[in-house]
Amino acid sequence: MTIITPIRTQAEAAYISQFPAFEAGLTTRDPAGLKLRRAAFERFVALGLPHRRIEPYHYTDVRALLREVAGPAVHAKHTVALPEMAVLPSALSALEAFKIVLVNGVLDRARSDLGRLPEGVKVHEEAEPAVDGGLADDPMIALNTAFMTGRVVITIEAGIKLDTPLHLQSMIGGAAVAVYPRVTLEVGKGAAVTLVESHFGPDGVAYQNNSLVEIVAGDDAKIDLVRVNAHGKAAADFSTLAVTLGASNVFNAHSFVTGGALSRHQVFLRLEGEHSVVTLSGAMLLNARQHADTTLVVDHAVPNCQSREHFAHVLDGEATGVFQGKIIVRPLAQKTDGKMMSRAVVLTDGATMNNKPELEIFADDVQCGHGATVGALDEDLLFYLQARGLPKTEAEALMLQAFAGEAVAMIAHDGVREALDGAIDAWLKERA
Amino acid sequence: MLEIKNLHVAIEDGSKKILNGLTLTVHRGEVAAIMGPNGSGKSTLSYVIAGKPGYEILDGEILLEGENILEMEPDQRSAAGVFLAFQYPLEIPGVATMTFLKAAMNAHLRAAGSDEIKTPDFMKRVRKAADDLGISQDMLKRGLNVGFSGGEKKRMEILQMALLEPRICILDETDSGLDIDALKVVSEGVNKLRSADRSFLVITHYQRLLNYIVPDTVHVMSKGRVVKSGGKELALELEANGYADYVSDAA
Amino acid sequence: MVAVKETVEQVRALDVDQYKYGFSTELEVDKAPKGLSEDIVRFISAKKGEPEWMLEWRLDAYRRWLTMTEPNWARVSYPKIDFNDSYYYAAPKMNASPKSLDEVDPAILDAYKKLGIPLREQEILAGVQTSKIAVDAVFDSVSVVTTFKEELKKVGVIFCSISDAIKEHPELVRKYLGSVVPVTDNYYATLNCAVFTDGSFVYIPEGVRCPMELSTYFRINEKNTGQFERTLIIAEKGSYVSYLEGCTAPQRDENQLHAAVVELVTMDDAEIKYSTVQNWYPGDSEGKGGIYNFVTKRGDCRGANSKISWTQVETGSAITWKYPSCILRGDGSRGEFYSIAVSNGMQQVDSGTKMIHLGKNTTSRIISKGISAGRSQNTYRGQVSAHKKATNARNFTNCDSLLIGETCGAHTVPYLESKNSSAMFEHEATTSKISEDQLFYCRQRGLSAEEATALIVNGFVKDVLQQLPMEFAVEAQKLISISLEGSVG
Repeated sequence: MTIITPIRTQAEAAYISQFPAFEAGLTTRDPAGLKLRRAAFERFVALGLPHRRIEPYHYTDVRALLREVAGPAVHAKHTVALPEMAVLPSALSALEAFKIVLVNGVLDRARSDLGRLPEGVKVHEEAEPAVDGGLADDPMIALNTAFMTGRVVITIEAGIKLDTPLHLQSMIGGAAVAVYPRVTLEVGKGAAVTLVESHFGPDGVAYQNNSLVEIVAGDDAKIDLVRVNAHGKAAADFSTLAVTLGASNVFNAHSFVTGGALSRHQVFLRLEGEHSVVTLSGAMLLNARQHADTTLVVDHAVPNCQSREHFAHVLDGEATGVFQGKIIVRPLAQKTDGKMMSRAVVLTDGATMNNKPELEIFADDVQCGHGATVGALDEDLLFYLQARGLPKTEAEALMLQAFAGEAVAMIAHDGVREALDGAIDAWLKERA
Repeated sequence: MLEIKNLHVAIEDGSKKILNGLTLTVHRGEVAAIMGPNGSGKSTLSYVIAGKPGYEILDGEILLEGENILEMEPDQRSAAGVFLAFQYPLEIPGVATMTFLKAAMNAHLRAAGSDEIKTPDFMKRVRKAADDLGISQDMLKRGLNVGFSGGEKKRMEILQMALLEPRICILDETDSGLDIDALKVVSEGVNKLRSADRSFLVITHYQRLLNYIVPDTVHVMSKGRVVKSGGKELALELEANGYADYVSDAA
Repeated sequence: MVAVKETVEQVRALDVDQYKYGFSTELEVDKAPKGLSEDIVRFISAKKGEPEWMLEWRLDAYRRWLTMTEPNWARVSYPKIDFNDSYYYAAPKMNASPKSLDEVDPAILDAYKKLGIPLREQEILAGVQTSKIAVDAVFDSVSVVTTFKEELKKVGVIFCSISDAIKEHPELVRKYLGSVVPVTDNYYATLNCAVFTDGSFVYIPEGVRCPMELSTYFRINEKNTGQFERTLIIAEKGSYVSYLEGCTAPQRDENQLHAAVVELVTMDDAEIKYSTVQNWYPGDSEGKGGIYNFVTKRGDCRGANSKISWTQVETGSAITWKYPSCILRGDGSRGEFYSIAVSNGMQQVDSGTKMIHLGKNTTSRIISKGISAGRSQNTYRGQVSAHKKATNARNFTNCDSLLIGETCGAHTVPYLESKNSSAMFEHEATTSKISEDQLFYCRQRGLSAEEATALIVNGFVKDVLQQLPMEFAVEAQKLISISLEGSVG
């Protein structure tokens, strides 16, 4: 087979040209870390941006969709107060939580609540990436490893159970930048934590966020993770959640998307201990020409675990929603119980929904299934509500609130769930 | 007919012991009732006699006409004359009831070294038995037990019992989920099958069923053993006083 | 449960190997030289006595094929195929087109007899067969006989080999060949365009309901020979036809390639019902030998309110790569796909469908039942898409997989793409094993483990089986049980 040298897109060329200067400007010179960055960069050079013929990116052709790439945010600017910094979405501002604030991808101690963290909770920074085992073949993750500017490590010690959530606020501002936040959450045996990540930046600025959150859970840990994409309307957001669970974990992760022109949220979750219960959910409310991709790989490597997924897309305008969810059951993972549901409401003929739920099953004693629906709002129900006196837009809003609310309802933490119900409400008000 | 001697049974993964030295004899032609509180091991007993996988026999034996059946496969036990009317009959989608009945009857005939039944004879027998139990032709065409009501499923169990002509019939909570009319139909069906050659083991939580299927003997089970045996009056006594005495006695 | 019992008995009688069509027939054969080249394409075309335009069409396809690469997205793996290591033409030596069965080599007739395929019209009329079926019998690269041609002709139905159609009905062939599956559609389809040797042609004129079932029976006999058949069915306005297809091959240690293309066209209010029972030799239990079955089947609902229904029972082949699809172009048209795919031993199946909704008020329905046993891998891959103008498009998909044993795999890969707000798609899929409780219930009533499994599996696939014509359904039911032989431990 002939090796064809790909023509570099403008974005690919930009990434490739930025790296040498970025690498030279790094203030820490840890050889192992530099080696990882260099290897990841070379991996990216070899792979290029993912495109539609790469199966995991079949519906999100980053090569075609990502035109320009801003330069990486550089260290010196991080601590500068940015007057044009975006503000936290109002729905989340009232959430009582311990704040961990990242500004353009770097921990901002002054804005964070690091001084008043509860006992058993520690936050520190590492300059270099840890090994991202098995994820190196994803070009977007390779970019994060190459360009990351500090890794925030959050540690919850064994047995510590937090009622108040931690709130990681990743704010982006100033001129167009590319930021590469990286967070490691280590949850000790029997610990319990709710971590909210909100990602936001100004409208109208074409910035790029590429974040990676890694979670390692000890046995019996309970983790609730909620990611809110409230990026500006011109932003591109590439995010990865990589999770390795131990035994008897309860793990819930929710992805809530209203922001970004182009976004891709991918979850790689591996069950390595028995008797864990996983719930992944998400609500995506998209309009205009937004493109949002959710890609899940839930990998059952051991027996006796349960996974549930429920994702809801509301597509207005010319928006595109993508859902790809794969449940893998490895040969030894008997008694796996896995159910996945993807539902989408397409409100206009300009909008598109692409659904690819997938089952890959190598063990026989399992109960697995998926369902997917795409369609309009139920006309009978719409008529019923109108007949009770509700104007059409209000009736629609009510139904959409219920539709998206079904996914949000899977969030365990009351305060966070209420905040996101508020965010759905705000989105619907803006629509009307 | 059926002799159970010192039977000790646990769930296969070893998590829980359910039968603890159960001993019970049912004579030819006898209708024996087994009563007991929830969790006393009644259903397990019925499954173990029929050979359901998932149980570990720790000790004891089950003799049918003097022959130990514990080493036999479930279908061999069926051919030997063991019939279990399930508490929750299984639904088998896509398999027409008629198809299933014929497969079962022919399996029995083959096991007995006989020729298979001819289709017209089969149809005649099923129709007759179905009419007696008020089972419609439509039900026979549908998938086995699929979409049947609780009462219909129980009648279907009795229909199978009638067709397979077993030696020992085990009725596992056959009255559960039945209204009074359905209970009468099912009981009549059972009573018609009573004969000097056929024994019954009627498992029930309530005395109500025994008003219709009148037992010769009543055995009370608790914690995996028979703790008291007597005549049919024992059932009435239980109805009046509950199981409390037996539960604490056995403890 | 006649079928179950017969099945079990057959299986017992079959000793180790359960493939009952594995015999081969000794014949004098007319073969092309081994390998693939423009000369071979010319050789095939010349053998068939084809007109110039057909040769040009083939050569064009061949040249395009040389620039293409083999697709690799399916979940199947096999050593690289050496396309020069096969024969592309093999025909039993006989008259070019026999006028009657008496001119056909008795050995071939015997082969069909063993396969249970009726070729003698008088036998069928005498009631040996329960209902009338017209058969086109394709043996390696040629059609040896087509029955009931004359009777069909009376109502205007053309049923003949594609080779005859190219000569006798060139206007129809030129108009429709390659109009559903374009020459460059995919690697195997393009190869087929270049080297197809025979297949069936059906034309149902306006308003005609075909008076009998039509069927083609494909048999690969020669060693090292690829079979590339081509089928084209056209149903004019308001017409109807039910078409059946069966396939078997001898047991051989080498892999053999089968790359067919089937094109269906329905005009307004027309309906084609296409049923397949695919039972190519699957290879032995260690994966040695077997047919590589790379097939492109597509129907184009060109007319309003037309309907194409695919039903397939796939039990054979070492590798199956096959996605019978419907292009729902006409407003109100309907596509259906009913599939049973059984895999055992080392078989690999990657099969499913595409329902492409282009017209308004188009509907489609997909029912897929996969059964994996042994060390096989069984994948359902299906696409449903609604384009912007496909107002009120509707799809319902149900995909169930059953696993028998812990060393096989069952995979489900659906693609659902909607660009229309009034389109409604519903998809559901489940994967599980046969319920232990159901098995116990059946065994309590006296059925052996094997019988109980066969019974439950037959129930599992019933929704699809009942889409098949009666005789086929009985045959298919037996086939499924035989295919699963040895999987119950």
